[in-house]
Amino acid sequence: MSAALAFDLLLIAALVWSAARALTVADLFRGVVLFIAFGLLMALAWARLGAPDIALAEAAIGAGLTGALLLDAVGHLRAKREPDT
Amino acid sequence: MTRALPVLIVVLAAAFGALLAAALLDLPPHAVRLPADVAANLATSGVAHPVTAVLLNFRGYDTLLEIAVLLLALFGVLALAKPHAAHVAHPAHPLLQTLARLLAPLMVLVAGYLLWVGAIAPGGAFQAGAVLAAAGVLLRLAGLLPAWAAPKRMLRAGLALGLMVFVAVAVAMLGHATLLAYPPALASGLILMIEASLTLSIGLILASLYLASTEVRP
Repeated sequence: MSAALAFDLLLIAALVWSAARALTVADLFRGVVLFIAFGLLMALAWARLGAPDIALAEAAIGAGLTGALLLDAVGHLRAKREPDT
Repeated sequence: MTRALPVLIVVLAAAFGALLAAALLDLPPHAVRLPADVAANLATSGVAHPVTAVLLNFRGYDTLLEIAVLLLALFGVLALAKPHAAHVAHPAHPLLQTLARLLAPLMVLVAGYLLWVGAIAPGGAFQAGAVLAAAGVLLRLAGLLPAWAAPKRMLRAGLALGLMVFVAVAVAMLGHATLLAYPPALASGLILMIEASLTLSIGLILASLYLASTEVRP
């Protein structure tokens, strides 16, 4: 088992694990953080597949911009919930 | 009945997944010889990087429709934004402000580099626009940019510039040959002009997707 194959298998396992946890975790904020981590791992996967353009776009848009939008949404949901408590 | 339903769904999903895997493994290894076709025509495309050539020249129509879809998505966000809410920027911690002020010009420089190097290496308009949008989001988070829920003339011109330039070039080519068929002598100049306006527009559109929110943060 070469180092590249071991790295790829670890990357696949991390991708599947972070995706599954992002969907099943109870706290919304943790889910968004896991989604951002998943985006960064996906950018690594694109780089391993030899597609640097998509890796650049995935890191900036998938992890960065979508992560910022989702964190904003979580903040709004919390602000809307707090007047009830 | 209610206890059997999730099990049935899991079994059906697993069967569908197995069918997909079997279909994927059944495909011949090289169904289409695209890299050879692209490499054969790269000299007349105006750029030296195959991905940029495909995006901006061979499949330029797809990129034109992509930027139109981005602009349409922004229309939806602007339609839902509340223009009478507070636009003011709430300054954050001074350390964060200083860091944002230091990083933003560097990010603009990186965006310019990515735009320029897209002709010969991985880069191009979408990547440069994404870095510009990230700079905008960073400035908003540091409290240095107000919200953009009611864009005025200059911002609207910047948002629409990419699509307008792309459509203008496409229509200009219509009088010459077919849609988006650049003459090989002008191809690199046209592609650079289109990419520059696309970078500005994509950066502004993606930043506006985040900055159109005018909720006042405590």
